[in-house]
Parts: sequence; C-alpha cells; structure tokens
Amino acid sequence: MKRARGDRVFWLLAFFSSLSVIVMFTLLFYELLSNSVPIWKDGMSFITGMVWDPLKGLFGAFPFIYGTLLTATFAILLSTFLGVGIAIFLSEIAPSSLRVIISSIIELIAAIPSVIIGLWGIFVLAPFVRDNLQPLLQHLSFIPLFSGKTLSGLSMLTAILVLTFMVTPIVAAIAREALLMVPEDLKEALYSLGATRYEVVRHVCIPYARQGIFGGVILGYGRALGETMAVTMVIGNTPSISASILNPGYTMAAVIANEFTEATGDVYLSALIGIALLLLLISLAVNLVGRMIVWKWQQEG
Amino acid sequence: MKKGMKMTSIAILISLALLFAGCAGGGEGERITITGAGATFPYPLIAKWADEYDKITGGKVSINYQSIGSGGGIRQITAKTVDFGASDAPMKPEEFEKAKGILHIPETIGAVVIAYNLPIEGRLKLSGEVLADIYLGKITRWNDRRIAELNPDIELPDKEIIVVKRADGSGTTFIFTDYLSSVSKEWEEKVGRGKVFSFPEAIGNRGVQAKGNEGVTAVIKQNPYSIGYIELAYAIQNDVSFALLKNKAGNFVDANVGTVAAAAASAAGKLPRGDESWYGVSIVNADGENAYPIASFSYILVYKDLDYMPEQKAKALVEFLKWMVTDGQKYAEALHYVPLPEEVMERNLETISMIKW
Repeated sequence: MKRARGDRVFWLLAFFSSLSVIVMFTLLFYELLSNSVPIWKDGMSFITGMVWDPLKGLFGAFPFIYGTLLTATFAILLSTFLGVGIAIFLSEIAPSSLRVIISSIIELIAAIPSVIIGLWGIFVLAPFVRDNLQPLLQHLSFIPLFSGKTLSGLSMLTAILVLTFMVTPIVAAIAREALLMVPEDLKEALYSLGATRYEVVRHVCIPYARQGIFGGVILGYGRALGETMAVTMVIGNTPSISASILNPGYTMAAVIANEFTEATGDVYLSALIGIALLLLLISLAVNLVGRMIVWKWQQEG
Repeated sequence: MKKGMKMTSIAILISLALLFAGCAGGGEGERITITGAGATFPYPLIAKWADEYDKITGGKVSINYQSIGSGGGIRQITAKTVDFGASDAPMKPEEFEKAKGILHIPETIGAVVIAYNLPIEGRLKLSGEVLADIYLGKITRWNDRRIAELNPDIELPDKEIIVVKRADGSGTTFIFTDYLSSVSKEWEEKVGRGKVFSFPEAIGNRGVQAKGNEGVTAVIKQNPYSIGYIELAYAIQNDVSFALLKNKAGNFVDANVGTVAAAAASAAGKLPRGDESWYGVSIVNADGENAYPIASFSYILVYKDLDYMPEQKAKALVEFLKWMVTDGQKYAEALHYVPLPEEVMERNLETISMIKW
C-alpha cells in the first residue's frame, strides 16, 4: 500500500518535471512572438533587410543571420574534424596514461568560462591572426573567402577560431563516448581478417558510432550558434555582409547582448526580440534536421 | 541514517523560517529601502553615496541601485517599479509624455575622451571637425594634412587609422555623437545622435566595434594606429593616452575635473526647469575659454508626485536627493566624477522642492 503511494508520487513528480519543460518552452516562444509583433508588420523585409541602423529606424536582421550561420558553420566543420580525430586517438590509439591526461585537458577546456576565452581572443588570438595568420592567408586572396584584410585582427576568422576552440571539446567528448561503445568483437573480427587500424576505424568504428558522433556535432553546432560573450569580444561587431572571413562581422546573439539594455522605442526593442525569435527558430531547425538524419540512419539499420 | 535525515530536514525548515522572519522583521518605519535603476555610468558614484548615506542615517535608509542601463532605467521609472531612475541622456519627448510629472535632476557630469595608440612623442591635438571626418571615413590616414596641421610638432605615421566605437548601446556614445553632431553638419545629417550609431560606409574594414569601455580600451591597447572614445574616469584609471581637444573658444584643452566643470557652468544659465522636458539639453561644445567640449550631465529621474509610495519613504527619498546634490557631491572627485557647479546645484534644489507627497 505504502509502496504504491510512493510510486504514484514518483510518477507525478517525473510527469510534472517533464511537463515543465514543455510549458517553459511554450511560454518562451509565446513571449518572444508577442513582444516582437511590431517588427513582423513588414514581414519578410525584417529578415532579408541588409541595413541595421537604429538611429534611422532601419532594422534588417540579415547581416546577423549571415554572421551567425557563417561563423558557427565553419567552426563546427573544423571542430568535427578535430574532435573526431581526438576521439579516435583517445579510444583506439592512445596508451592509457596519455588517454587520461588528454581527456582531462579536454574536460578542462570545456569548463573555461567564455568571457575568459574572449579575453584570450582579444589579447592573444586577434594579434596572431593580424600578424601571422593573415599574411599566410593572403596568398589565397584569389578565393573570395580570404580576400579581405583585417587591421585589428578582430574578424569573423578570429570568431571562428574561438568557437572552434570552445566547441571541439564537446564534439570530442561525445564522439569518444560513442566510439568506446563499439563492441570489441566486431573490431577483432576485422583485425583477424588482416585489416589495418585505419580500415577498422573506417569500416567498423565510425559507421557503428556515427549516431553518437553526429549527436555531439549537433550539440556543438547549437553551442556555436548561441555563443555570445566570446564571439562579441573578437568578431568586430560590424553588421555587414562580406564574403571574406578576414572582415569583421556580427552575430544574432551578440547584437542582442550589446544593444538590448539601451534599446529605446517599441520598434527597436521588438526588432531585437525578433532576432531572438529567429535565433531560437534556427537552433530548432538545426536540431530537427539532426534528428531527421539520425532517424533515417536508424531506419537503414 | 533515517533519523539523521529527519533532523537535517527539520534544521533546514527552521533556518528557512528564520530567514523569512529576518526579511520581514525590522518593524515598520525603522529601515527604509529606496530602489533605483538605470545608467551604468554613475553606478560607482551612486554605490558610494548609498554606502555613505547608510552611515549618515545610521542604517535607517538604504539605497538599492541596479545598473541595468539607461534604457532600462527609463522603462522602470515609467512603470513605477523603482523609486528613481537614472539616465545618461534626457528623456526623449515620447518618453517624457509617457512618464507624466517626471523630474530631471542632473546628479553628476560625465566626460568622454578621445583615446589613441600612436608611437609619438607628446599629446595628439584634435579638433571637432577633424574628429568628425575621421569617424565619417573622410580622413583615413594618420599623416593626413588636416591632422598634421593641428600637430605641427609631431611626426605622424603614414598608417591607416583604425577607428573604434562602442558596439553596445551606451550613454558614452550618445555624448560622443551629440558632440560630433554639434560640430559637423555632415555628421548630423548622415549619422546623427544616439546611444548607438552605424559606421558610415567609407570606414569599411578600418572600423572595429567593441563592447563596453573596457572592450574599446582593450582594442586600442592591442592595436597601434587606433583611435576610440571612452569615459574620462575609465581613461584615467587605465592610463590610456587621450587627445587635447580644440574647444569653441579655439583653445586646446585637456579633460579634467576643472575643464569639464567649466563646460557645465557655462551652460547652467540656459537649463530648463526641473519639470520641463530636458530633451536637447546639451553641454557639448560649450562656451568658455577653458571648457572641455565633450561633456554631459547624467540624470536622476523621479516623479513630482510621490503619493504613490508610503509617506515615510517619499520623505526619505527627498532627503536623500537633497543630500546627493549638495553634500554628496564631495565624493565625486575621488572617483573621477565631476562635481556639479554651484548654479546647477541650486537649480536641483529648486526642482527637489517641487516634489509633493
């Protein structure tokens, strides 16, 4: 009797905990939508607008959307490359003593507050980009991506590197967990056929662990899209659209953090809240696409 | 084990109960908390006032100020969720309309300096027109003829100017753009005054935007050949070089307590009444031989009718405001704020005497 009651209490607690997530999300969505109504009166022109000039009452969100997607996408590409490499090394190759050291360093990096990474970005990384990396990349200036020039080192490239540094530990940690789940006998079966280590990783480990790895990538992408402090400190905060990552840019999260406190006037405020709503929708879309890909893989078996 | 847990939970309950009792305790009329919110610029000074006032009143009146930004301060005082607001710029006409019966009380003066990073001997000299053209993107190099004319004794480098501005909305930017608008017609038409502004196209990739005074300072320190604007107090505390500016009388003046106060004093005769709109009040580019040209009042916003709050609290608020604009001013200078000149202090006392409760 007593046990049954305890069980019911437990059930209710668990139920309301999960319900609270749905309620909070709905409220969040509703608040963002209702508070950004004035900016949606012009509909799509807010999203496609190229000019952001609050003094003249021009609110175009496209430069921020562009900067957010560009920096986060490049960062996640680099992070996936690095993170999966680290994970393979840790799970398949490294001797156990090295494994412990590298794993704890990765966890340490993941725990650094972003404002500290931002400071490092301003004082170390930006001068490095300006004085060392840029002269190298200018040999590639025939590619539009590297065609610009940064005088200060504060650029989209610097933001991408900072984001890569922040996101790689997430991807690496999750990918390592996924790779450790690969059954030993599968690997051994392939080794017994005379496969090299590369072939085992390529044909057994990665395919087996790809769902887990991909989950880490999606999580990292979400982090890169929403990162605010470290990015605003190194990106140069210029709402322009430039093909070159050596030019300064701006992101959605950064403009909200920078301009919200002093935003006066209903349209200005609603424009910033509108950007928040767009950021939420973009993050949702990324997650949704990620889910669909994983789901498709599950269907394939 | 189980008993231990029971004891722990009882202990937690008791301490929670005590905590709430502590909050509710103190009795009526004994301790009054006045809440304020707004600009970040005067925060260190208001915090100092709160501390001193607590001592003076023997802990009877405590001031709780949250520096959430001028925009937030105006929103909160309009909604009457705080007892006073603070803003680095006067309320705009539409804001003034919404907050019926609001009073503007300048409580201190801020100044903005033009910081730079150049490998030169001596202090850089600039004029308003040249500064406006640098920020308009018309002057792009340090050895431009027009900068050289102002600095005949300095060998200026043949380098591009890195132009730095605030990325976040701020009163500092308002004062700066107010100044540029008053010295350059072109700036006023193309860019204008505001807590944020956009770089003109011509600045291109020479422009950098950084968050906060500290961000602008960091960028300037990291980048030779850069120029930017920061608050005077911040520049002094961080040992950043800043330019001498040509004022309306044609003199090159340094920014310090004396020259900024001179700017405020020269404008004092033209100030509106406390209950009128202060929109457009500006002490940039002020008259006076020795007036530093980029300065501004920072305002406390409070209602004329305090009947919406308990009488005791209203009384305490008025007393605090009186103390703040008189005796409280002596704490300003040590924190690199500029104390109010006599004329402004008198105008403030007049304004405070309008308050009813």
